[in-house]
This record gives sequence, C-alpha cells and structure tokens, in this order.
Amino acid sequence: MYLLALKMLLGDRAKYIMLVGGLTFSSLLMTQQNGVFQGLLSWTTSHMRNMRASIWVVESRVEQVNETKALRDTDVNRVRSVDGVDFAVPLFQGVMKARAADGSDKQVQLIGLHGGTLYGRPAVMVDGDISQLRVPNTVVVDELAAQPTRLGAGLGRSLKVGDTFEINDREARVVGVCKTERHFFGYPYVFTSYDQALQYAPRQRKMLSMILAEPKPGIPAEEVARRIAAETGMKAYTVPEFERSTVAWIWRNTGIPASFMTTIILGFIVGVAVSGQTFYSFVLENLKNLGALKAMGAGNGLLAGMLLFQAITVGVIGYGLGLGLTALFGLAVAQSGQPPFKLVPLYLVQTFGAVLVICVLAALFGIRKVARLEPAIVFRG
Amino acid sequence: MTPTASPHADGAVCVRGVIKTFGVGDARTVALKGIDFSAAEGEMHLVVGPSGCGKTTLLSVVAGTLDWDDGDVSVFGTRLDGMSKGAVTRFRRSNIGFIFQQFNLIPTLTLVENVSVPLLLNGAGRRTAEEKAAQLLKQVGLEGRENKRPTQLSGGQQQRVAIARALVHEPRLLICDEPTSALDSATGHQIMDILSGVARAPGRCVIIVTHDPRTYRYADRITEMEDGRVTRVLDGAALGEFVSMTH
Repeated sequence: MYLLALKMLLGDRAKYIMLVGGLTFSSLLMTQQNGVFQGLLSWTTSHMRNMRASIWVVESRVEQVNETKALRDTDVNRVRSVDGVDFAVPLFQGVMKARAADGSDKQVQLIGLHGGTLYGRPAVMVDGDISQLRVPNTVVVDELAAQPTRLGAGLGRSLKVGDTFEINDREARVVGVCKTERHFFGYPYVFTSYDQALQYAPRQRKMLSMILAEPKPGIPAEEVARRIAAETGMKAYTVPEFERSTVAWIWRNTGIPASFMTTIILGFIVGVAVSGQTFYSFVLENLKNLGALKAMGAGNGLLAGMLLFQAITVGVIGYGLGLGLTALFGLAVAQSGQPPFKLVPLYLVQTFGAVLVICVLAALFGIRKVARLEPAIVFRG
Repeated sequence: MTPTASPHADGAVCVRGVIKTFGVGDARTVALKGIDFSAAEGEMHLVVGPSGCGKTTLLSVVAGTLDWDDGDVSVFGTRLDGMSKGAVTRFRRSNIGFIFQQFNLIPTLTLVENVSVPLLLNGAGRRTAEEKAAQLLKQVGLEGRENKRPTQLSGGQQQRVAIARALVHEPRLLICDEPTSALDSATGHQIMDILSGVARAPGRCVIIVTHDPRTYRYADRITEMEDGRVTRVLDGAALGEFVSMTH
C-alpha cells in the first residue's frame, strides 16, 4: 500500500513539484544560511588556527581572541615562572595601515611573533622562508595581503618575495608568502618579529597584546592554563576554551546570530506553510479516494502511515535537492572565500530533522482530516 | 471486540429495528425509523425509493461504514452492533466488496493497481495481488489494458474495473451504490448482467441501491423505501408485476 501511496502522490505532478519545490527552498534556506553563519563563526576563531599556540594568556577582562588589552612586558616572565609552563613568548597584534606601491593605504592585521622561536607562525608557507623574519624590516604576508587589489596594488600583480611596501612610513620587505584562514575583521595578515612589530606600531606605554605559552610535555594544557590564571591574575585559555568564549561573546554582543537565526526560522516556517498547505490540498482533492480506501477496509493507522510516507518521501527528496544546491553554493564561493561558508555535519543532521518535522506537521493536517472522515462519504454522490 | 454469531440471523444480511438520526436539536433528521431489512445468500436484492428516503443510509449501515443509534445488524451471521470500529473495519475489509456510483478509482494508479487494492489491504503480496487483479480484469473483459489508467477508459469500462476491484478478494457481500446511474442504457445492462452472475455464485449476496428502473428486472427481491421506512418487499409474482409496471 505504501508504494501505491507514493504513486498516488507522484501521479499528481503539480502537487508533487510544489511540495518538493517548497521543501527544497526551505532546506536550501536553512542549510545555506546555517553554512554562512557557521563560516562566519569560524572566522571569529581563525586567529587561533592561524597561530596554533596551546595556551593564550590575555588581560583579565578579555573574553574573545579578536580583542586586545595590552599587558606589561614583565608579564611574560610571570607566565614563564608558573610551574608546568615549558615556554612563553610575547605576541603583538594590531590593525595597521600599510601603504602599497600605488600609494594607497590598506589596513592589515599585523602580528609580531617572538623572534627567537617564531612561535605562532603560520602553518603553510607558499613562498619564501619565515626564518628571514629575524632580519630587520622584513615581513611575511598572507595570500590575501599579496593580492593585486591589496598590498600588490600598483604592481599589476601579486606581491612576491623581495617586494617592499610601507607600514607607518617604515619599509617592509616581503620574505615570504603564507596561507592563512581569513580573519573575522577581513584584514589580511602581515607577520613580522615582535621587536619589528614594535617598530612598526605607534609607540604606547604598553605594547604587549598577548602571551602565547606551551605546557611541559605530559601536563595537560587545561591544568597549566588554570595555574597561570591562578598565579598571575591574567586570563589563560586553552584553544577550545578560547573558541567557546569567543563564540559565546559573538552570541551575546552582536546581532549576527539573531539575524541568521531569523532567516533559518523563516525557512522553517516557509517550509511548514508551503508543504502543509499543498499537502492538505492534496488530501482534500483525494478525500473521495481516501474515503473509498477507508470503506474498503483501510484503517486510520494505515492511512496515516501512507500520508506520512508520502510526506517524508517528498521531505527526503526536497532536503536532498536543497542540500545539493547548498553544496553548489559552497563550491561557488569556495574560490573567493566570501561569504564565509562551512557545512557542519551535526547541523546538517539537525536541518534534516527540521525538514522531517515540517513533513510530519504537513502530514498531520491531512491525517486529522482523514481520521475524521466517515467512509460513508463515498456513498454520497 | 471479536465478531459474534448473531442469534437471529436468518440470511446473508439481517437488519432489525435500526434507527439512525443525523444532527441535533432543530437540525435533527431521522433517516432510518426502526427499519427491518433482510437479504439472502445467492440473491440480488435491490433497494429502491425516492431521493432522501434513507436507501444510502441503510446501505452504509449494512456496510458498517456508518454508526447507527439503535437496532441490530448482522452480516453472514456476524453481528456488527457492539463491535469496535477496528473490528468492523477488519470485517468489512475481508467480507464486503463495494461498487460506487462514481467508480472511485484512483486516477493516478493503473487498472491492475486499482484492482489489487483490496488484496493488499488484506495482506497479500504485491505480485500475488497484481496477478489476481489481472485475472479479474480479464474476467470483466479488460484484458490487455492492465496498465492503462482509469481516465483512459469509458464510464462503462471504469465501472467494470470497479466490479473487478469489488470481487478480487472474493467477498461474500457486494454492496453497490447506483452502479448504473452514470452509464448509458446498453452499458448499464452489461454491468447488471455481470452483477447478476456474481449474485448467483454460491454463498454470495448482492445489494444494490438504485433509482434506475432499467435494473429492476435483474432483481430477485426489491425492498421499497419511503421516509426512512420499508414500505414494500417484493418477490415472486409481485416483483414481476412491479417490474412490468415500471417499464
């Protein structure tokens, strides 16, 4: 009977296309918007993946990785003195104006790494040698910074090793190009040594942005972070802790999640409205046939099962098509990296669950009608 | 509740003192006013009368598709009154076949799929059901059209498909609601010939509600109704006289 139920639905092309179309659109809206939102959230923590430090020590009021409140230089030694710390290095980070070859100013995320260890350096070098950062006035730029529309402006090509530009009227010579994940603020990365960063940045009383630390082998990072916080009064985060804190800060302090959630909820409502209405109209048009089945001995349970089967089948098809379109969108934006996009398997499963809920709700309208249907209706002309 | 044997069953269908009302208050209408009705095995029994006299309500009660307020109904010795809805549905599924005025074939299914529905409802496998359905379609003269859809057939052909569907699971009671009213005269007679043959099969009974005087000559018995009551039951010579009068 379930196969026949499916044929009943597939035979009504207009309703079938309307149902699948509605659920496809709904799935697309929910998965695509969720993908962009997750991509945006991943940008907020990209800094940590670009730098790959185990423990991040920050001023006690800092809640997220993109925020800096300067520390004293002596704080580095306070961290180093904590039991369980293998080593700790200073980090400078700040947004600077850089002048390209054509004289235009571009904003960049300047990162000053500890010159001795270069701890926190990018994982992948596309060109050049990062150890050259120990030479004065040198920088490593990421691929975004090297683009002809960014620091390559005026060159007619991307920035290459050996090219120069200016940061605060000081020469910056490119000794390498690296790959990074894009920063939340959208600024390209420029890496240099900590001491050099202090030369580039306008002088302030306190210049140390953060301290990066590594636990001794065999001691969990969480334990060392707890000790640092307890002994220094600063905040010390492991990577997962800092990621959670950063994302929580975004949820609390920006309208971004609410904006995306609204669209996702709208997608759900559109799905319920379109598929519910279409499915109910399908049931109404087939009321005589369903009544005939009931007269012939089909129970309410079987008819409800048939309607659910029909609804869930179109739900699976609609979800598949919606997900396919979302994946196409993801492929289309993958090259440019904008808008940010990330498909998280857990959320895909949740979206599938939401689509199933839509289908069950849509079927319930019809099931309610069929359950109340007197089979004797078929004898009434 | 399981079906129970009727202590007063004296035929295929036995209805005693059935009352059925619709609506409440000022809108209350008594459709069946303590009606008695019976139909025997091997009989083609017609129920006739003016519109609104309660024919279709009686048919619905006998079929177990409509609850009634009072009275006893038994079909082939099984009392329907007091049975749960589920038990009535199960009883109907295996013991009753239906032919409707508007055929009620599912337009998006093929003929063989339509005919196989009662077998599938009774738990048969798809292949078995479709093989048996094809045999029935052959019996009603629609061989070779198994994979057509109802909309590709004439009204008479659709009603033959409906007959095949009503008979495919070999029910003992066939209930027909105005089976010829949507058909031309010649096709109506063809359909009645088929139903007449069905009624003669051992252990079967066919009850037809009709307005169509052309069908009266096929009846073994005619129950005439008016205003929710049975006014006459005709058989033998009285039936012959009635048929000749209405022609």
